[in-house]
Amino acid sequence: MKRFAFSATPLDVAALTASLRDVSCGGFVSFEGWVRNHNEGQRVTRLEYEAFEQLAVKEGERVIAEAQQRFGIQNARCVHRVGALDLEALAVWVGVSTPHRDEAFRACRYIIDEVKHRLPIWKKEHYANGDSGWVNCERCAEAATVAHEHRHEHA
Amino acid sequence: MTAKLLGLVLAGGRSTRMQRDKAALQYRPGQTQLAAAVDMLRPHVAQVFVSVRPDQRDDATRRGYEQIVDQIESAGPIAGILAAQSAHPDAAWWVLACDLPFLDEATLADLAARRDAARDATAYRSSHDGLPEPLCAIFEPRTRAALAAYVGTGRLCPRKFLLQADTLLLDPPNARALDNANTSDDYWQAMAKLNPQQFVDQREICVQYFALLREQAGCREEKLVTSAPTPRVLYEELRKRHPFSLAADTLRIAINGEFADWSRPLQAGDTVVFIPPVAGG
Repeated sequence: MKRFAFSATPLDVAALTASLRDVSCGGFVSFEGWVRNHNEGQRVTRLEYEAFEQLAVKEGERVIAEAQQRFGIQNARCVHRVGALDLEALAVWVGVSTPHRDEAFRACRYIIDEVKHRLPIWKKEHYANGDSGWVNCERCAEAATVAHEHRHEHA
Repeated sequence: MTAKLLGLVLAGGRSTRMQRDKAALQYRPGQTQLAAAVDMLRPHVAQVFVSVRPDQRDDATRRGYEQIVDQIESAGPIAGILAAQSAHPDAAWWVLACDLPFLDEATLADLAARRDAARDATAYRSSHDGLPEPLCAIFEPRTRAALAAYVGTGRLCPRKFLLQADTLLLDPPNARALDNANTSDDYWQAMAKLNPQQFVDQREICVQYFALLREQAGCREEKLVTSAPTPRVLYEELRKRHPFSLAADTLRIAINGEFADWSRPLQAGDTVVFIPPVAGG
């Protein structure tokens, strides 16, 4: 079982959770990133995710190994969707099981943060007005001209 | 009387910016920079020593040489010169950095021929800023007390020491010979200049595009024949053919499925990916 993977089909949360069950673990924390209907003042109608999977899978595995090293966690997995997603769809899932809860919370947070910042995954948003754009690419070029700091707080 | 001349190749640096041991870098297959510097200096001096930090004495690159071990810590190259003068106080020392990929025989022969043992030191004038180049220079034995006193007051810059000493300053026969290579970018640029046949030939590579770059290129992948030596040059070439809106400094590079440097030389058969700003999650 790969600890980091992509999926072109909807995620089965029950099966993912079950895969982290461990009799030595008293704590389980998961994070779900959902497709939201707005971003930076625009109404979002749907998303597309694209990934450079060959490299992203390696880097995702490195992120999980780092979390294991830093927080001493027992089990962790992360699955990221690619392809077209509708509103409310589950875009990314992270799960961590570990003997005690504190490490589970911290490791889960570490994994999602690093995955967002390091893995070659891109998100194209489609807007209600018919426009579309690659997040952090086209819209950052505009950001420079309106002197507006972009913080992307989606999942 | 002219003092006996000994050679000191400086290999005690921490190579912080290069992120790899500079002494062990190779510009020619099978020969480290340290070995190249020792071999070049040997004909001009009575004996060559290698300047090392205490913890470097046994490493594979340095252990085969006669060594001068630093006696003070974190003082940079001046610590090596002090230690050498203290070990052989009556000798003059030809100090040579090991990170000069363009150093040539003409430069060494010229310094040897024009040495003036009646002065404190003989050194080249930098072709960049006109200041003395302390890391290919001859320090006469009479500088020993002055250098120790200089370091004793907390000053560690050998260039400033030569500026205030009675230094014979010469113009180098080859203006680029003393250019040093401190970063990975410097290293690959020097490699390409020293081995042009290996790096400048036309070669076929594959470029894969994702996300915004895929849309702007109008394809997921293209094979092309290029003489671009590095991804940096390749991206500028591609921008002439595709309407790429992203500046190079917003991108990262992957070659053959792993993150890589912008200055990594391209080789035939490489697959290159320019990674736009990411937005996972």
